[in-house]
Amino acid sequence: MAGKTITRAQLGEAVYQEVGLSRNESAALLENVLGYMTDALARGETVKISSFGSFSVRQKGQRIGRNPKTGQEVPILPRKVLVFRPSQVLKSRINRSISNS
Amino acid sequence: MTKSELIARLAADNPHLYQRDVERIVSTIFDEITGALAQGDRVELRGFGAFSVKQRGSRTGRNPRTGATVEVDSKHIPYFKTGKQLREKLNGS
Repeated sequence: MAGKTITRAQLGEAVYQEVGLSRNESAALLENVLGYMTDALARGETVKISSFGSFSVRQKGQRIGRNPKTGQEVPILPRKVLVFRPSQVLKSRINRSISNS
Repeated sequence: MTKSELIARLAADNPHLYQRDVERIVSTIFDEITGALAQGDRVELRGFGAFSVKQRGSRTGRNPRTGATVEVDSKHIPYFKTGKQLREKLNGS
């Protein structure tokens, strides 16, 4: 199992290779897509990408935490967290190829 | 928001692009992420988040209907860690 990390650069490059647009425009379009997803999530909307997965926002209540170093109790304020649920297609793609390699 | 709504937004903001290309752009992005994860690679998108693959060990499970024990093989699951900027945006800052 390789330990490579893919970043915006490679994703932008893939868009550039796939569609006949400039590298700059490809990178900007990738940024657009991430921006729309971010905005929808910030509004509390769920983002569903078929055959990939869905991102949803969950509200967490306040609870008492503890500073592990000092043992002091500190309140953890109510906050929103993002949950990613991978689709069945994504899960099986990953298991099929990794267990075969 | 669904994938088709995402495509519609991108098309509306980029009227000079063919619909066909807009669809390919969006599909390419998610296909690339999927392909990278399928190879065991990580995908890190600063400010948005990072996708990685985690391994779950094998365990002994139970068929909830019959109560029979079954060996569940170890498996790999995709995992997403929310980026710092996105986490802050969710909480309105």
